[in-house]
Amino acid sequence: MARRRIVLKRRNVVARILKDRGDALLITGLGSPTWDAAAAGDDAANFYLWGGMGGAALIGLGLAMAQPRRNVVVITGDGEFLMGLGALATIAVQKPRNLSIVVIDNQHYGETGMQESATEHGVDLAAMARGAGFENADTVYTAKELEAAVPGLYAARGPSLVAVKVILESLPIVLPPRDGPDLKMRFREVVLGDGTTG
Amino acid sequence: MAARKKESWPADIFRALQQADVRQVVYVPDAGHKWLIDRCERDNKIRAVPLTSEVEGAAVLAGAWLGGERGVLLMQSSGVGNCINMMSIIQECRFPLLTLVTMRGDWGEFNPWQIPMGQAVEPVLEAAGVIVHRVDEAARIGETVAAATYMAFDAMQSVAVVIGQRVVGFKQWGK
Amino acid sequence: MAARKAKPAHITLQRRAVVKRILKHRGDALVVSGIGNASQDCAAAGDDPNNFYLFGIMGGAAMVGLGMALAQPKRRVVVITGDGELLAGIGSLATIGVQAPKNLAIVVIDNQAYGATGMQDTHTGHGVDLAAIALGSGFANAATVYTAPELEAAMDPILEDRGPFLAVVKVHAKAVRRVKVPNDGPYMRSRFRRALLGDAADD
Repeated sequence: MARRRIVLKRRNVVARILKDRGDALLITGLGSPTWDAAAAGDDAANFYLWGGMGGAALIGLGLAMAQPRRNVVVITGDGEFLMGLGALATIAVQKPRNLSIVVIDNQHYGETGMQESATEHGVDLAAMARGAGFENADTVYTAKELEAAVPGLYAARGPSLVAVKVILESLPIVLPPRDGPDLKMRFREVVLGDGTTG
Repeated sequence: MAARKKESWPADIFRALQQADVRQVVYVPDAGHKWLIDRCERDNKIRAVPLTSEVEGAAVLAGAWLGGERGVLLMQSSGVGNCINMMSIIQECRFPLLTLVTMRGDWGEFNPWQIPMGQAVEPVLEAAGVIVHRVDEAARIGETVAAATYMAFDAMQSVAVVIGQRVVGFKQWGK
Repeated sequence: MAARKAKPAHITLQRRAVVKRILKHRGDALVVSGIGNASQDCAAAGDDPNNFYLFGIMGGAAMVGLGMALAQPKRRVVVITGDGELLAGIGSLATIGVQAPKNLAIVVIDNQAYGATGMQDTHTGHGVDLAAIALGSGFANAATVYTAPELEAAMDPILEDRGPFLAVVKVHAKAVRRVKVPNDGPYMRSRFRRALLGDAADD
């Protein structure tokens, strides 16, 4: 299998994706994706995960089912996503139109010493998603392919999975808020307005 | 101040595993185990198997032992929670189990999300029938792992060596 | 190679017959069976010290097979399990894809239901294609089997060809007679290791 060149930079990718978010709700997987989203600019509609590895996509599912008229985007990493692969089947069967999953795939575990992940060794997340029943699943390598993929994330044509291959970089960590109850409160205020006490 | 001076305890662990003839080292990448993981990956006699989740660990080790090979599961404390139901085969079938756990959420931890599992590791392992050897001094880690290998493989027990965050070191954020 | 949605009227294979057929020419292959129907099917085909029947650790069967295959590279290891069981540990397919053991095959007896808990639908009845997922995980080969001729064609990949290989065999969900399966863990594991390792089992 010929390997394509990886050129994209994660912070640019995430900033580009979030530029068109409108009022989409965002869940970020622990580690680098959370720093990337914080670097793009904090937003009360961001729920940053600092734990629960393997759970990001499923949190997105629950949110998408609770808020069918809002776009829900999950931005996570390959290691985090690999730890919860059952999510592919669970999500595919529920068919949430408003859910998009973006995997920022640098093929390594960023927080633990840059060990290679399974995607460095031939595991193809988009192919697995298609096997699970995702109608929209793609791997993106270039800026042009990214541009073509972004509108689909917000077009309620999901569930969608986009794996974006990015280079290995050591970037300054940008820390978003991490206090769980606080994140929860402000996020629910965005989603539910006065209904938070309901 | 987090002290991450050059420690020899990962090398002490490696020696103890070699002496016990451990052949399969299964792990989810972990910063605390980074040196040990690298060393195992480079070793010709050891098959190092990265897992997508710690939940896979006990099952691989059960298969390894059925096949005549000894193994060890390396993980961070947060992964312990992923494992618990898999421990049931170890208990029921009297397989040996050796696991080395590096702690988060127990000393100088900045991330609140690490606290629940960090605090639950020992009670949860014990509730699942695993003998827990807790170690908070670098100099004692090698001998503790060696002792754990005898209990696991000779006495056919489940044994966890839990390496405290005081030894592993803790991240400092907001610099 | 999209899996066809298996409608009940189109499924003709019967689970006990399928497993019996697979194991007929097993030779000295080591067999791990997943919790539930799969273990029953393997025992019904004929008990064998080279069988390890699981009665727990749902999601773990493929991983037990991996550990065994890595420990015994010269022996064929076949995991026989159900769709629900494999789905509970689907990450295993990625772990196996990376290790790429040539001597490992996984057979999923897929009745598209959770047999032990009241026959609720599993995800494979709603478009989840385990063979496609296996190929995406880096498996050497994978197939979905619907008919007897397709099952015959899968025999060599299951028992001999270079793996890792995954076959999904669609079977109908009609009830079968329960059989007695040895479930004493310590007995079974001692028996298995003694048959495999001889005196080295005592080491």
